[in-house]
Amino acid sequence: MLEIRNLHVAIEDGSKKILNGLNLTIRDGEVAAIMGPNGSGKSTLSYVIAGKEDYEVLDGEILLNGHNLLEMEPDARAAAGVFLAFQYPLEIPGVATMTFLKAALNAQRKGRGEDELTTPDFMRRVKLGAEKLGIPQDMLKRGLNVGFSGGEKKRMEILQMALLEPSIGILDETDSGLDIDALKIVSEGVNALRSANRSFLVITHYQRLLNYIVPDTVHVMSKGKIVRTGGKELALELEANGYADYVEAA
Amino acid sequence: MATITPLKTSAEQALFGQAAALPLVRKTAFEKFEQSGLPHRRVEAYHYTDLRALLKDAPPPALAGAHVSTPSPFSALAMTVLTLVDGRLDLGQSSDLPAGITVTESADIPDDGTEAASVLSSDPMIALNAAFADRPLRITIAAGTQLETPLCLRLVTTGSHSVYPRISIEIGANVQATIIESHEGAASGALINSVVEMRVADHVTLDHIRVNLVDSSATLLTSFGGSLGQECVYRGSNFVIGGHLSRHQIFLRFEGEGSNAQLSGAALLNVRQHADTTLVVDHAVPNCQSRELFAHVLDDESTGVFQGKIVVRPGAQQTDGKMMSRAIVLADGATMNNKPELEIFADDVACGHGATVGALDDDLLFYLRARGLPKREAEALMLQAFVGEALEGIAHDGLREHLETLTENWLKTRA
Repeated sequence: MLEIRNLHVAIEDGSKKILNGLNLTIRDGEVAAIMGPNGSGKSTLSYVIAGKEDYEVLDGEILLNGHNLLEMEPDARAAAGVFLAFQYPLEIPGVATMTFLKAALNAQRKGRGEDELTTPDFMRRVKLGAEKLGIPQDMLKRGLNVGFSGGEKKRMEILQMALLEPSIGILDETDSGLDIDALKIVSEGVNALRSANRSFLVITHYQRLLNYIVPDTVHVMSKGKIVRTGGKELALELEANGYADYVEAA
Repeated sequence: MATITPLKTSAEQALFGQAAALPLVRKTAFEKFEQSGLPHRRVEAYHYTDLRALLKDAPPPALAGAHVSTPSPFSALAMTVLTLVDGRLDLGQSSDLPAGITVTESADIPDDGTEAASVLSSDPMIALNAAFADRPLRITIAAGTQLETPLCLRLVTTGSHSVYPRISIEIGANVQATIIESHEGAASGALINSVVEMRVADHVTLDHIRVNLVDSSATLLTSFGGSLGQECVYRGSNFVIGGHLSRHQIFLRFEGEGSNAQLSGAALLNVRQHADTTLVVDHAVPNCQSRELFAHVLDDESTGVFQGKIVVRPGAQQTDGKMMSRAIVLADGATMNNKPELEIFADDVACGHGATVGALDDDLLFYLRARGLPKREAEALMLQAFVGEALEGIAHDGLREHLETLTENWLKTRA
């Protein structure tokens, strides 16, 4: 379970407040969507949960399964079960995708006090995951995300999530830059990972993604806090009416 | 009237004393050195590596007869090894030579009057080498020789003395070879000043890898002067881990058309190491291509210097030259000095240079950490990739992998 209580966050120099007393609870197995206009703080929320250093947390707490994430380094948060699928996955020339995947998986296992995977076991898992997402083997030999299309990068994010088996997967505008076929593949990849002990936070501007990844709850975010919560039908309402009401109300 | 005597540093005083006492010294070469003394920051080529200030002493030259017991760092790879102990060939610790290679010692350093030779002799430290080098070595690789295994020149220094290795290599037409120049050993205070000259005939494919693995308290100055004939491929690499103070000078000259040179290098520096790579690629003829990529990783209070110059002579049309220097600075106390230059006297050429200095990319670092890699491990992965790019040009797989392992080990010591 992810619990965020009264979260106040400013950018690092303290000049601009982005989150203003945000409260959010995501139960085990729940898929929660956050929608909201540009600049409402959605991506900031995802970065603060994952531990990016460019932000200053002024107040509040974030608990994952009872662990206080704000006291942990980003890598410890990952080992504790946080996974952020980036809106813009970064390219790392010279680091083969396979090398990176193995390093990440083993670092997390080590962080949790587990043994490293044997190479055959690791290869089998990667191959299986890659096949499901339509990722060709030769992509795994190339530098991480180097020369990948937008859709390939997003698929690679989902492959990482499948291998790392987080307890919460945060999808930061995973639908941006995807054509309809890629959107389906990525959504199927996410849906296959849904389980009773894994929850998701899906951040998006558009209702379209939520046709494929059907949420249990939809939250509307404006000016750094949640201003309305409802079921999946709320997304349709937003699509029809826009965010104008919430921007004024907040 | 009082005469004004310029003050000599203690290192200079030691050198003058040695020159007066030793019978072998080549007087004219020493006189050349004497005119300038140790180069200092007001000498442009040595602006960032002020030897007058940095070189505290010049220990006496090594005596003959020392023995080397440490195995070659490349002993796992099949190689033909020539070991130079304190600058002198030691046949007892060298391999049998394959057909096509001949090695001779001579007391002379012939001045063949070429322009390449005059570039070398104008540098005071190269002149100093010419003065003190007591057993210049001459290696010939006969035309048409295809070396199956690399020729490894182990230049091993056994203690804290001065060593002046001098090697001239003549490579005949249609040769294919890999030559490794491995600088090893030495102890605190040692001064190694080595010069390698190479004349390469036409249609030669040559890999030349220089590795600085000397003790981290020693001073290593290397100078390389090479000339390439027609339609050659020359891949030169420079890998620096060792030395408290080091300078690697590379002077490469195209003398035949249609040749291609790829020069690359990586320097991994920490504590108070100072490493300088100074490079002049001289396009004296048309239709040649040169590529340079040098990477520095600087930790603690280390200093890196990259001076690279591409010269395009009048008439050297269709020259294609590109030079890049990249540095990653890991600590506030570390410094990088970049000085790329183009000197172009022809009007139909494509030349460019670039230089970057920066910290590790924070966003990339966060991406890796968000996947569970601890900070040091994430940094190591990024640095390994950064250095790997500069090692990519090394064609010999085993050797490249060995240097990658040395890089990995260096990165582990940071943790």
